[in-house]
Amino acid sequence: MSATFIGMPGNFPQNSKKAVQNSQLRFNLRKATHTIRGKRASVVGELPDWQELRAAGKAIKDHTLHHLDRYLLQLEEAVTRAGGTVHWARDAAEANRIVTDLVKATGETEVVKVKSMATQEIELNQALAAHGITAYETDLAELIVQLGDDFPSHILVPAIHRNRSEIREIFLDKMPHVTPDLTDDPPALAEAARLHLRERFLRSKVAISGANFMVAETGTLVVLESEGNGRMCLTLPETLISVVGIEKLLPSWRDLEVFLQLLPRSSTGERMNPYTSMWTGATEGQDFHLVLLDNGRTDVLADEVGRQALRCIRCSACLNVCPVYERAGGHAYGSVYPGPIGAILTPQLRGMSSELDASLPFASSLCGACYEACPVAIDIPEVLVDLRAKAPHAAAERAGMKVAGWILNDHQRLAKAQRAATRVRKLVPKRLPGPLSAWTDTRDIPEIPEESFRDWWERNERA
Amino acid sequence: MSAREEILARVRKAVAGAGDVEIPRRYRTERQVEDLVGLFAERVDDYRAIVHVVPAAGLAAKIDECLGERRMIVPDGFDRAGGWDDLDTADGVITNCAVGIAETGTIVLDHGPGQGTRAQTLVPDYHLCVVRADQIVAGVPEAVARLDPSRPLTWISGPSATSDIELNRVEGVHGPRTLEVVIST
Repeated sequence: MSATFIGMPGNFPQNSKKAVQNSQLRFNLRKATHTIRGKRASVVGELPDWQELRAAGKAIKDHTLHHLDRYLLQLEEAVTRAGGTVHWARDAAEANRIVTDLVKATGETEVVKVKSMATQEIELNQALAAHGITAYETDLAELIVQLGDDFPSHILVPAIHRNRSEIREIFLDKMPHVTPDLTDDPPALAEAARLHLRERFLRSKVAISGANFMVAETGTLVVLESEGNGRMCLTLPETLISVVGIEKLLPSWRDLEVFLQLLPRSSTGERMNPYTSMWTGATEGQDFHLVLLDNGRTDVLADEVGRQALRCIRCSACLNVCPVYERAGGHAYGSVYPGPIGAILTPQLRGMSSELDASLPFASSLCGACYEACPVAIDIPEVLVDLRAKAPHAAAERAGMKVAGWILNDHQRLAKAQRAATRVRKLVPKRLPGPLSAWTDTRDIPEIPEESFRDWWERNERA
Repeated sequence: MSAREEILARVRKAVAGAGDVEIPRRYRTERQVEDLVGLFAERVDDYRAIVHVVPAAGLAAKIDECLGERRMIVPDGFDRAGGWDDLDTADGVITNCAVGIAETGTIVLDHGPGQGTRAQTLVPDYHLCVVRADQIVAGVPEAVARLDPSRPLTWISGPSATSDIELNRVEGVHGPRTLEVVIST
C-alpha cells in the first residue's frame, strides 16, 4: 500500500466533504447499500423468532465478555489438546512478530490470505513485506483493493467503491496473463481472478486467516465466506495461521445455532452464506497456529458503556442503513472499521489522541437506524454520545457550553437572555465568525422569534 | 510478564465487578415442517444449484444420468465402484453428506465415509452430492445438535459465488461452479 491507512491525515468532516463530491462513489454506495438492505429485510422477515435470536446473541456475547479470562483459557486448552498451538499478542507489533516468525520457520516467502479485518487492523501485510514475505489476498474484492493499491471501503464488500470498468483496468494493469480482450463483464472478470489465483492456491504452503467465531468448549474455529477462496486457503496449505481478536469467542458449540442464523442474514442478506468451514486444532495433517489478539480490546472491555462494541460480529448491517456512511463512504472514516460501528470501535481501540479519531464519534446524525439493524443490539447512538463527552473539545466550545450551562440552570437568567436575544434578533448573522462557524457551516441558525414563549404565555395567561 | 498473563490480567481488571448475564433461549430450536424434502429442494434450488428428488430405487440410474462421461473422484466409502484419483484433472467429485438443512438449503459435510477430504470437494469444478431424506433437518439448531465438532465440517449452500463486482452474483470464483444435488427418498 502506498500510504498508511491508520493515521490518515485530516478528520471525518474534511474526508467526507471530499467524498460527497464524488458522484460515482455516491452512486455506487447508494446502489450497494440499498440492494443489500432490501435483501436483508426480506430474509430477516422470514424468521418469526428474529428478535429472540437477537436477544440471545446479545446475551451470549455479553456473558462471554464478562467471563472472557475463563473462556480464553478453556479455548487455549481445547485447541492445544486438538494439536494446535496458541500464541498471545498484546498489540499489533507483537502479533506481526509472531506471524512473521512462524512464516520464516517454514522457509516460505509467499503466503495466501483469507479476507480478515484483524490482519488489516494490525497491518500484517506490510509487516510481512518488511521481512521479504509477500502476502496475497485471495478474496476477489480484497484482490481488487490490493492490486489497485487502494483501501477497503466496506466491511463486507471492500471494493464496492469500484465499478466494473475500473476493475478491468486494474486487472489489465496488474495480472500478467490478462490481455486487452478481457471484457468488463462480471463473469469474465471473476474468471480472470480464478485463473490468477488457482495456481497460487495449489502451490502455497502457508495460509493466514482470521475467524468469525471461536468456540471455547471445543476449540473449533469458524470462517464464513462465499467464494471458496477461504476453503482453498484453510484446506490446501501445510501451515495455517489464524489471527483472531479475543472478543470473537463463544462459550459453547450450541451457541453457533444462534450466530449462524444472525450473521449471514444480517450481512449478505442470504439465508446462509455459500461456504462455512469449521476446524478444530490440527485437521487432516495441517500445522495449525492460533494468534489471540488484544490490541486495545481490553481497553474497550474496561469501559462499561463502550464494551458493547465488542459484541460486533462484523456483519456490516449498520453500514448499509446509515445515511452518513451512504454518502461519505468507507474511506472517510480512516480505519478498517468504517460506518457506525467504526465510529465507536476505532476511537475506543486507538484512543482519541489524533484529530481523525476524535472526530469519529461526531460522524453520525444519531438517527438510531444502526441500533435497529444490529443483530446483537449494540446501542451505537448511546456509545457515540458517551464518546462525544470524552472527546477533546476546543477552548471556545468549552467556554460557550459553560456560559450556556450557567444560563440554562436558572429560569430568571434564561428569561433575561431570551429577552435580550429578541431585541438583537435582526442583527444575528447567518454565519457565525471564528470557531463558531464550524457550527453554522453545517446547520442553519434557528430564527429567533419576536417574543419568547415564556413572555407569550405570561401575556396570554393574564389576558 | 508473558503476553498471556498480561492479557488475562487486563481482562480480569476490565470486568471486575461485572455481573453475570442470563442467556434467554426463547428462539425456535425445534420446528415442524410438513414437507422437509420439498422445502430443502426448493431452498437448494434458490441458490442456482441443480436439484433432483428420486426414490431410493432409482438413485443409481439418476447418478449415472447426472455424471455422463465425467471423470469423477469417488471417495472411500461411497457406494460406487471406480473413480478418478487425480485432483487436478478430475471433472468432478461425488459425495454423501452428514446433514441437510431445509430452512436454509444447506448441505453439511463432516468428511466421514463417502464424503472425501476437504480438498476433494473443493478443487474439482463439479460437485454431485447425494442427500438421503432422513438426513434432512428443519433448521440450523437441529443441524448443530447433530454434528460432531471434533470433525472438520464444511457447510455448503449453493455453488461458489461472489458479489464483489457491482453486487452482480457470479458463480464459481474458486470453488465448484456447479453443485448438483440428488435427494433420495
